[in-house]
Amino acid sequence: MADDEEIILSELSDDELVLQMHDDLYDGLKDEIEEGTNILLGRGWTPYDVLTKALVAGMKIVGDDFRDGILFVPEVLLSANAMKSGMFILKPLLAETGAPRMGKMVIGTVKGDIHDIGKNLVAMMMEGAGFEVVDLGINNAVEKYLAALDSEKPDILGMSALLTTTMPYMKVVIDTLKEKGMREDYIVLVGGAPLNEEFGRAIGADAYCRDAAVAVETAKTLVSRKHNQLSA
Amino acid sequence: MATDTLSTLLATRDWLMADGATGTNLFNMGLASGEPPELWNVEQPANIRRLYRGAVEAGSDIFLTNTFGGNAARLKLHNAQGRVRELNRVGAELGREIADTAGRKVVVAGSVGPTGEIFQPMGTMTHALAVEIFHEQAEGLKDGGADVLWVETISAPEEYKAAAEAAAMAGMPWCGTMSFDTAGRTMMGVTSAAMAEMVEALANPPLAFGANCGVGASDLMRTVMGFLATGTHRPIIAKGNAGIPKYHDGHIHYDGTPELMAEYAVLARDAGVRIIGGCCGTMPDHLRAMRDALETRPIGPRPTLDDIAAKLGAFSSASDGTGDDAGPKRERRGRRG
Repeated sequence: MADDEEIILSELSDDELVLQMHDDLYDGLKDEIEEGTNILLGRGWTPYDVLTKALVAGMKIVGDDFRDGILFVPEVLLSANAMKSGMFILKPLLAETGAPRMGKMVIGTVKGDIHDIGKNLVAMMMEGAGFEVVDLGINNAVEKYLAALDSEKPDILGMSALLTTTMPYMKVVIDTLKEKGMREDYIVLVGGAPLNEEFGRAIGADAYCRDAAVAVETAKTLVSRKHNQLSA
Repeated sequence: MATDTLSTLLATRDWLMADGATGTNLFNMGLASGEPPELWNVEQPANIRRLYRGAVEAGSDIFLTNTFGGNAARLKLHNAQGRVRELNRVGAELGREIADTAGRKVVVAGSVGPTGEIFQPMGTMTHALAVEIFHEQAEGLKDGGADVLWVETISAPEEYKAAAEAAAMAGMPWCGTMSFDTAGRTMMGVTSAAMAEMVEALANPPLAFGANCGVGASDLMRTVMGFLATGTHRPIIAKGNAGIPKYHDGHIHYDGTPELMAEYAVLARDAGVRIIGGCCGTMPDHLRAMRDALETRPIGPRPTLDDIAAKLGAFSSASDGTGDDAGPKRERRGRRG
């Protein structure tokens, strides 16, 4: 912007490089994120530190600006895409080094609802924040959610609905979990244009998430609370 | 070229009333959620006639066909992508039937909703494919006798432009509205001012443009005021939701009363909107109250944003992204060339 001076990533100090990567994530620069990720790894950073300090912290800025109406969906999708290219490098290394996991989410649009842009956005932002995401797609019946919870063992179940007519189905899923005594095993997050906090409470979800940025922040908070409870 | 009833009406009347909700009405008639409403054009034509008649009898000058999701990208989710021409043609034919027996001039507007896909480079949709998808739907609506294409609930400028091109290919007049539901902008970040600018730059601009759906009547009015502030001479469309959906005992209700929608209609007219209708939650009772108010209440001064908030309720966000209050910009470090 102000200066046309070329920045050479490999000449930056660690602190400066991390800040530059935050900017590059913000601008959705995929190649630069890959380069920065490799430089930090080459300097002996642990994959987990690269993930949390460079990528996740950078996506937090993107998420905050999306939440505050400064960034919009197109920019956020580009940022998430850049984040993904960094994640692609880190993923095998994280598994090798036994780094702590952020958490896992099973997400899908409820039965009757075929609107999936919002859900896709949440999935991308959750991946961008370092979560593992299993996307069940659209029009999911309660059986489909149960099967995925059983096979994937996620921390979080995310449900999305865009139609006022399909929103009540979220309660069907939550009630089924309660009947089977499984409700407390999962964090249940709900979202979708017509929903609100009052609705989330009324159907027994852990939280209603207004947008993808709020979903990520809520997921982080609730997962760490859950982990604390388990270790207490 | 289809007979352009809409242009005739716009030339002779100060305001026109459009219709209300399609989905909300059909669900009340027993449409199961998840079922594509367009199939009812063929399977339950009596219900679709009832839907159209409901709007016409309540005083609508324009009503939209039951073809919102009738494009190949949406119908594919129900494995009905091979039925685009048929479902759109029949949806328009049923509309023609109702309009031609109304006893006055009524416009059959062929509803065209979004593809639901994200455009490249973020998503997979291309301009060429979107044009093809919209063109196929437009030809079906034209076959069925629709007077005008009515593109609605669009978020991405790319999609709006593709629809404009498809309308030109089909040789049909068109109108197009976007949905402003994210802090006063569309989901893809388009402000009211940006839309007005985009519309005027099109090779095939619409007869009228505006906003539909979104977040309740007050936000929609703020968007409309944004269009008008650009000084455009093109007719503006306002189709706002009847309030905001509320969950109550397992059912969803829109909290906007007929009285509130009547208030909204009068504010829209006084602001200078030419085509006024409702969207989700707007039932024939709302439309009757709107028509009555439009006909009987004297024209008032152009409302301010404060008037709108006082009469329709507070806005959902402090700013709508237009003007000097476009929000803070992030302090940036140097950028590479």
